[in-house]
Amino acid sequence: MSDSFPLSQARVGARGVIVQVGDHGDHDEHAIELERRLLEFGLVEGARIEVLHEGGIKRDPIALRVDEAVVALRRREAASLMVRADDAA
Amino acid sequence: MTDAVLHHARIALVGNPNSGKTALFNALTGARQKVANYAGVTVERKEGMIRGASGRTMSVVDLPGTYSLRARSPDEEVTRDVVLGRFAGEASPDVMVAVADATNLRLVLRLILELKAVGRPMVLALNMYDIAERQGLRIDIEGLRAELGVPIVTTVATRKRGLDDLVAAVEAELAAQPASLPSAWTSPDAEGIRAAHREAGRIMRAHVRPPEHPDTLTGRIDSVLLHPVFGLAILLGILFVMFQAVFAWAAPLMDGIEALMAGLGGLVAAALPDNLLRSLIIDGLISGVGSVLVFLPQILILFLFIILLEDFGYMARAAFLMDRIMGGAGLHGRAFIPLLSSFACAIPGIMSTRVIDNKRDRMATILVAPLMTCSARIPVYTLIIGAFIPQQTVGGVFNLQGLVMFGLYAAGIVSALGVSFLIRRVFWRGRVEPFMMQLPAYKAPDIKNVALNLWQRAMIFINRAGRIILPLMVLIWVLSTFPYPPEGATGPAIDYSFAGMIGHAIQPLLAPIGFNWQMSIALVPGMAAREVAVAALGTVYAVGDAESATGVLASTLAAQWSLASGLAFLAWYVFAPQCAPTLGVVKRETNSWKWPIIMFVYMVALAYLAAFVVYQGARAIGWG
Repeated sequence: MSDSFPLSQARVGARGVIVQVGDHGDHDEHAIELERRLLEFGLVEGARIEVLHEGGIKRDPIALRVDEAVVALRRREAASLMVRADDAA
Repeated sequence: MTDAVLHHARIALVGNPNSGKTALFNALTGARQKVANYAGVTVERKEGMIRGASGRTMSVVDLPGTYSLRARSPDEEVTRDVVLGRFAGEASPDVMVAVADATNLRLVLRLILELKAVGRPMVLALNMYDIAERQGLRIDIEGLRAELGVPIVTTVATRKRGLDDLVAAVEAELAAQPASLPSAWTSPDAEGIRAAHREAGRIMRAHVRPPEHPDTLTGRIDSVLLHPVFGLAILLGILFVMFQAVFAWAAPLMDGIEALMAGLGGLVAAALPDNLLRSLIIDGLISGVGSVLVFLPQILILFLFIILLEDFGYMARAAFLMDRIMGGAGLHGRAFIPLLSSFACAIPGIMSTRVIDNKRDRMATILVAPLMTCSARIPVYTLIIGAFIPQQTVGGVFNLQGLVMFGLYAAGIVSALGVSFLIRRVFWRGRVEPFMMQLPAYKAPDIKNVALNLWQRAMIFINRAGRIILPLMVLIWVLSTFPYPPEGATGPAIDYSFAGMIGHAIQPLLAPIGFNWQMSIALVPGMAAREVAVAALGTVYAVGDAESATGVLASTLAAQWSLASGLAFLAWYVFAPQCAPTLGVVKRETNSWKWPIIMFVYMVALAYLAAFVVYQGARAIGWG
């Protein structure tokens, strides 16, 4: 896990595999709900992602390829996703 | 047999957003649709009838798209409650049709696993199958059918392919009368969702081979349309074209509607003796309803653009581009479309806030929507600008009247952002709602779907506006008509009416913002719709047919009002809630009087403050 990083820090072109969704130490209701919503969007451990686009202001939000789909989210929510960089890329 | 006649089998379409579910619904039912609201909530209920090969009729409902039965927005709650048979007055569906985008199966497979737990008979429609074939995506339908235990049909809604097969599969399920299992569905926790994803992933690997020629066009278009600089420039360009169209194309149609209403009034005038009933019909109903119907062409053109952009897949991109800009003011990216619609009229804008999941985000959007400069303000702005702002060039290129008009639009936008900032960052601090949405693949819009959608928008607007506006029109007519002026009265009749009394009564309050009693009176009928104030000013200054003789009225106003009063009237109209139908729609959409009252109070307060500052400021520099 040492080479994993929060998705919120990724730049366009970054590829990898999601290794952790949500902060499992955080039992606050909002954090639990966010985790479930991310999961329902297919942002689940093992999903392959690639950052495709960034917004113009503070590079936010970001658009990701998640397996077959393209999903937009804010870096704020992306901070809940840990990604391991893809060696093959 | 009597059973089949009395009881239509009920079919429900369920699926992710962007799965082509509504296109499939339209293809199945054609124009035979009923659009209403679900009881007690303002979620649209679309129902249509279909006939199977056996002659059996079935009712089909198009449920709002969702990723999960674990509902978050009012739309998704309807889907959950109807599917689970919990919705009062809605029987649970006899057969569910899960609609899937064949090129994007992973998320819908997880939804299907949830739906299976509900225990109702189900058919899976793999829609957009032509695109999947073109991409060389291989789906082992036989294996998938065995794995999921539900019949599978491939469809192409836009080409009406596979519809007969789908209806036949539904009929087969109905005929088989499979025992409905009690629902085993429970709201999944995070671990439950992970487990379902693993299962969906396993099914994908076993039965779906990735496409040989994946769609690269969407990616290439996005690299331009989502570009941080060009993307925003293109969005602004699209908005510019849209507003040009709204104002340029609609003008002849609006003239036509006005002429039609005038003709109708003329017919009634010829047919009825000059009495109260005639006045009620002509001055109350026809002119009142006409003053709202006249906006229909603009609203339809605006909606045509919005539906085309939505079907093309662009609206999700617009929300992406605008999210950060709107987020600075505490608004959600999805508030973009409702606020855009509000430039034509706040009523459709407020109705389209239903796409916003979070209640506070939605309320903030509803509250600021009427600050966008709707087209009903334009006649008022045009009249006052024509009367008080000289036609001259500033800085060599700018037309001063145009600059003032632009300033009024800008004041509306800036104040909307400021008010939403106050609401979301001061009163309702709390968490910022996540922004998450799928960016669907681009598709050419289907003409028939666009036409049907536009037709439905028009009917909803007429229906909703009509139901709220008619009683209001009668009320405002009563206020402006009774009591009659005394014998031998010299002033205009409205001066002696309740509206006149109200105008005179509130005039002392409005004196600090420079309004005379004529202006105060015009505000009362002006509650019907903003541009009615023009006709009302015509009435109090006894300029007959003020709308076609705005030049005469403008010169009258220029002679009677000070420049400071004229500017204060403009400032008032930027903010004032001079539109009872908007307040009525807010009441309907929020199911409470609380929100229209809050809206009225804050807008009046802002209007008074703005007009006060403008009037006193203008007097201080000698424009009084």
